Amino acid sequence: MNKTIEEINEKIKKGTAVVLTAEEIIDFAKDNGIEKAAKEVDVVTTATFGPMCSSGIFLNFGHANPPIKMKRVWLNDVPAYTGIAAVDAYIGATELSDLGDFEYGGAHVIEDLIDGKDIKLYAESYGTDCYPRKEITTTINKSNINQAYMFNPRNAYQNYPAATNSSDRTIYTYMGTLLPNNNNINYSTSGQLSPLINDPYLRTVGIGTRIFLGGTVGYVSWEGSQHNPNPNRGDNGVPIGPGASLALIGDIKHMSKEFVRAAVYEGYGVSLFVGIGIPIPIIDKDILINTLVSDDKIFTEIIDKSGNEGSLRKVSYKELRSGLVELKGKKVQSAPLSSLRKAREIANLLKNNIKNSNFYLTQAVQPLPRENVINKLDLRGEYRV
Amino acid sequence: MKKIKVTLYYPADKVTRPITYHLIKDYNLQLNILHADINLNKTGKLIVDIYGLEDKIDEGLDFISKQGIEYKIFNKSIIWNEDSCIHCGACTAVCPSGAIKMDSESWKLTFDKEKCLICELCVKACPLDVMNVLI
Repeated sequence: MNKTIEEINEKIKKGTAVVLTAEEIIDFAKDNGIEKAAKEVDVVTTATFGPMCSSGIFLNFGHANPPIKMKRVWLNDVPAYTGIAAVDAYIGATELSDLGDFEYGGAHVIEDLIDGKDIKLYAESYGTDCYPRKEITTTINKSNINQAYMFNPRNAYQNYPAATNSSDRTIYTYMGTLLPNNNNINYSTSGQLSPLINDPYLRTVGIGTRIFLGGTVGYVSWEGSQHNPNPNRGDNGVPIGPGASLALIGDIKHMSKEFVRAAVYEGYGVSLFVGIGIPIPIIDKDILINTLVSDDKIFTEIIDKSGNEGSLRKVSYKELRSGLVELKGKKVQSAPLSSLRKAREIANLLKNNIKNSNFYLTQAVQPLPRENVINKLDLRGEYRV
Repeated sequence: MKKIKVTLYYPADKVTRPITYHLIKDYNLQLNILHADINLNKTGKLIVDIYGLEDKIDEGLDFISKQGIEYKIFNKSIIWNEDSCIHCGACTAVCPSGAIKMDSESWKLTFDKEKCLICELCVKACPLDVMNVLI
């Protein structure tokens, strides 16, 4: 009954692959039984569309004449990092404009570039014999530069704590606005549709896995930062809170603003909504069972963001999605930060791409680390406060 | 016929007055209370939609003033730029009246202007700047 990636790709080529989204598979298996589902279904598509701060793009602007070795560079007044080769740079999603407000940042530059808009480039340097120019101002867009590829050090976090606020004042966080006295709870996941929740041990996702990223094809390039393959898990293997994460890569020249959007969180700063879709090949019955996970069986902790970040209780995503969560003896309003609607759109797009032979699966070149310890920053020596 | 949205500010010694009763009975106005924060011996606030004949609304507001209660007519509204919305739901976290909600089937945002208190919390909470104040 086991299938190989090659066998599944053969079916995709013929247009006979059976592909369902991670939400559809739940009812399909209920109606048809696990054995039949594992045999008949070839691919389950998963997706997420949430704010992911650890995102950014590498750029190569091309050389001017006379050339410049850029020491500092700004794109629409947002600083980019150029401590690499002369006209290479990296701009991170959360970088803020030097104009000093929270309205525009790296994420907006990325969205505008994807959208085909012109971006003001200003760079300065100290001048060398081989790169004499000391200053440059021009306009770039995604057509007139060489490379522009997204490299996101941490995306698709397997799971994440929900947030509330036990203090007596409103606090503004990357988990949205948190009202005083635990008057709301915010959470960020696509739950039963979420990529790494459907393959909790990363059996089918590894380095080189082809994915949907921002409206085009992308790849898993490495483990994500803070990747934790050994978190607390529920009986079904799904982590309770953060676990694995992925570093992703993809060409922004082919991305669409539909699936990459800049965001501003009041009092926090800028972030980037990234649309990700990951196909899970149903290679055996065990992986099929993993994809049947539903929101009532996925748990996270509710963390107090005003204090020591201690957990107030464990909660299922079914309860969070209901809009009302029991906390400290009262019913508290819960709200999502990640768009399930857009995640469904991506899961369906990926499904149709596979069914129409426009997207083939890959065998991972190498699995992601199964052993990894998360370090805290060690405060020591003369710098210790 | 006309409809306005008004906030009434009650001084502490006036919260026991049956204002809404008189507005309905004496001026034939339809009232829809959107938000009420009224407590004995404390200053209070009532946000209400008033629907009726234009001159009756004016007379009703005049009556409210004569009772020593200040009022403020809303002249702003919240505009939801639905085309740019990604339906994340961050704004629903702060909406005090339930005007903005997520549909639990489609997970699409829904905005019921009638329930909106124009508190502007959603404007700040929206990460994509699709909730705006129209003055």
